[in-house]
Amino acid sequence: MKDKKLKKVDLIFECNDCKPVEVLEKTLKRDQDEIILDIIDSGLKGRGGAGFPTGLKWKFTKNEDSAIKYVICNADEGEPGTFKDREILSRVPEKIFVGMAICGYAIGAKEGFLYLRGEYNFLLKDLNATLDKFNAQVKDLGLDFTISIKSGSGAYICGEESALFESMEGKRGEPRNKPPYPTVAGYNSKPTVINNVETLAYVTMICRLGAQQFKDMGTNDSRGSKVFSVSGDTPIAGIYELELGMTVQEFVNEFGDGDTKAVQVGGASGSCVPRKNFADTIIGFEGIPTGGSMMIFNSSRSMYNVLHDYLEFFAEESCGQCSPCRIGCQQLLKGIEAVKRKERNPQYLEDLKKLAATMKLASKCGLGQSVANPFTSIVDNFKEEIIY
Amino acid sequence: MSEYLVNLKINDLSVSVPEGTTILDAAKKLNFRIPTLCHHPDLTVAGNCRVCVVEQKGSRALVASCATPVSEGMEIFTNSRKVRDARKNVIELLLSEHNADCTKCFKNGNCELQDLASEYRVGDHVFIDLVKTSARHEIDISSPAIQKDDSKCIRCQRCVRTCHEIQHVSALAVVNKGEHQAISTFLNKPMNDVVCTNCGQCINRCPTGALAERSYLDQVWDMINDETKHVIVQTAPAVRVALAEPLGFDPGNRVTHKMVSALKHIGFDSVLDTDFTADLTIMEEGTELLTRLKKALVDGDKSVKLPMTTSCSPGWVKFIEHTYPSLLDNVSTCKSPQQMFGALAKTYYAQKKGLKAQDIVSVSIMPCTAKKYEADRPEMRDSGYKDVDYVLTTRELAMMIKQAGIDFESLPDMEYDRIMGDSTGAAVIFGATGGVMEAALRTAYEIVTGSEVPFKNLDILPVRGFEGVREASVTIDGCTPEWSFLEGVELKCAIAHGLENAYQLMKAVYEGKANYHFIEIMACPGGCLGGGGQPIPTNEEIRSKRAQAIYAEDSGLPLRKSHDNPEVQQLYKEFLGAPLGHKSHTLLHTHYKGRKRY
Repeated sequence: MKDKKLKKVDLIFECNDCKPVEVLEKTLKRDQDEIILDIIDSGLKGRGGAGFPTGLKWKFTKNEDSAIKYVICNADEGEPGTFKDREILSRVPEKIFVGMAICGYAIGAKEGFLYLRGEYNFLLKDLNATLDKFNAQVKDLGLDFTISIKSGSGAYICGEESALFESMEGKRGEPRNKPPYPTVAGYNSKPTVINNVETLAYVTMICRLGAQQFKDMGTNDSRGSKVFSVSGDTPIAGIYELELGMTVQEFVNEFGDGDTKAVQVGGASGSCVPRKNFADTIIGFEGIPTGGSMMIFNSSRSMYNVLHDYLEFFAEESCGQCSPCRIGCQQLLKGIEAVKRKERNPQYLEDLKKLAATMKLASKCGLGQSVANPFTSIVDNFKEEIIY
Repeated sequence: MSEYLVNLKINDLSVSVPEGTTILDAAKKLNFRIPTLCHHPDLTVAGNCRVCVVEQKGSRALVASCATPVSEGMEIFTNSRKVRDARKNVIELLLSEHNADCTKCFKNGNCELQDLASEYRVGDHVFIDLVKTSARHEIDISSPAIQKDDSKCIRCQRCVRTCHEIQHVSALAVVNKGEHQAISTFLNKPMNDVVCTNCGQCINRCPTGALAERSYLDQVWDMINDETKHVIVQTAPAVRVALAEPLGFDPGNRVTHKMVSALKHIGFDSVLDTDFTADLTIMEEGTELLTRLKKALVDGDKSVKLPMTTSCSPGWVKFIEHTYPSLLDNVSTCKSPQQMFGALAKTYYAQKKGLKAQDIVSVSIMPCTAKKYEADRPEMRDSGYKDVDYVLTTRELAMMIKQAGIDFESLPDMEYDRIMGDSTGAAVIFGATGGVMEAALRTAYEIVTGSEVPFKNLDILPVRGFEGVREASVTIDGCTPEWSFLEGVELKCAIAHGLENAYQLMKAVYEGKANYHFIEIMACPGGCLGGGGQPIPTNEEIRSKRAQAIYAEDSGLPLRKSHDNPEVQQLYKEFLGAPLGHKSHTLLHTHYKGRKRY
């Protein structure tokens, strides 16, 4: 595995004889269970970051006995440092819609929604134009499935699936208690498949190329390729589709500026990998998973400032509902400020790490649970920068 | 709940519970107490305080026991190292954003967060004090009934759920996110300028002192100590069955005469009973109902509105003013017993006792916070003075008794003073949902037929109970000549308690889908016995014990029909004339004001 080299791939954006609707037409002739088995077999895991096996999600939802089911595309791309969904939405929206329609067909849903990040409303006009055409084509194919778009209002938390449902239902965007999971009770409390933009685009490609071709890429735990948003101290910031399984070192060799000190894998809620761990850290589910955000920092950057920015972000974007997250984020932020100002002694960082661990254990949703990732990884690896 | 049993282990002990049971309730079955803050048995599950987290074998994160249903083969640990550490940390966090000025807090000694802090020995201030650095400091005292102190709020949202789920009011809601998240009102307006009905159900469910009644305890002590003032006190029916709770007794104890004793000891010049005006309300309201029926059925007067609804619950009155202003003519014009009492205290009582009205201070002890608002309404000055000067809750009275150093248990039983101290069982049951209906039926039926209601022992069981909306009907049989138009009429009644239920019922009336004659509505679940001024905690079990006590009080009284109250009879003879007479109209009836939702 270690000798795997960074390999660029072109599935998502490739458009040579790219006719997604033909993929749909072809796929609609197949048996639903067979499609789901194919998706399971491909090893495709959710590309939003959490990495739940996509095919299983579909299978669970299909098995639910309900006349009404939904397919939702999560296009609330809010993780700091990720901007790949925006690109997929603007360049290959049909691949997303086809993925949704295939899912609708496979699980027996008649309605699909694309929940679009409020800040991406500038894409609405083009998306709706494509969608109008697409909905008509779906109808022509004889599939009873219609997609519409709902706009968010800019809250990070609404990317969390159950908060997204609440927002779609016109309520405050707050995560729900789980169980029940979306496959049982999602939007309007009906069985719902909710997949990330990129995941659905991959579904289309898997249905076009077959599961095997996808499965041949990547590693055991991280099959296929993935789209990365590369930013920070790099001469070639941008969007890249890469085969999964590379190490951070390979990534840095390709994208770094020669002075890379750390890479934040997975956005603000991901983990910080310091130079000493580059070679041993795999980007993927066996190492550090990412929804796509890769932020590169060189030695001119203060990791205190990086962490401070992240914590400010979380303190503001926590929905505020559960106490560990609402208060914990503020305490971590004010805590490192106090240590920096020498109002608390460096030992206080240990209390804060315990707090971060509590947040990971006791928070209601992924937001609060993941604040410990950047906090602990930055504090552990760059303690001096935090204190002095 | 499902019949299907789920087997699980909690702290290595096996237990079987019906499918759908939460871990919290399953643990209760094994007598493992798991602390909670955002959980309340009257409300839907929130799972947001995270104090009740437990360890589930095989799960990376801890799970909220209040929000997680059991599953087959589950293994739960409620007291592992992981659980204790996380729980203590969460409590420390909550305290860091909580204004822990406990000694100055109204809820000192009755605070769930304080209990947890003490249980977990959270002594040192681990975390940075977020209260001092925040702007959430101003206490909203715009309302005469409820005060809101955001610095004590732990954002458990029990109040929000109460206001929405139980009361259909939604005066309180969550605003903003993250560090700015707060419980607020529409456009952050003061509590007195929003749809709040002052019912105080939020106070009853607030685990801390963020929501509390506006207390007038000090003012009342000042009046008692003022030699120039004649201070009288009236006690509402539901107080006597709940006052014992904060004084260390189990729920369901009746302490009517010990309470009278305590009030005398405290120094009130005269200890009187709201029951007296509850009986009077029945005379006025019963007559109003019969008059409306006559006008509608015999005279064909289209301006008369039916069904007629009760008006003794001031939370309900403000609710309908906001929610269905077009139905205000359906509401009885009768003032509540508290306000009838107040108006008479400074007229009839003053006259009989040879006192000047301006020297009388009229205090009432209520299970209610909306009564504080009601006493402040500009319409409530028909005596020429503020009819009721101060309203104290049951909780405030308990505090007063403690302050006075009275050993409540050893107090002798004492009788109410005269005049305006007589009561009947019909008045006592005003404290329970359905009670006004039952009392009204006992009297109205007898006025119309000359004989008692056809129910064994006068107990009109169909109107009792805790079902949210209840219907009952009585066929009138054997009318006297004056009321012959009612012969054979089936009098249709409905009862609702809790404003969500009231809303459902009135919606049906508004849409013309209900053909009742008479509706009783109480703003609070269970009626006044579950009022917003009652001891904390209040829950279904406690409400039902208080209800049992109320009905026991009723059946133990020699007089059980309002029209039999000798002092009420005397009042009409000497002062009022007849029900709905001129003086009644001036002193005992009122009008309402349409209000907007926003």
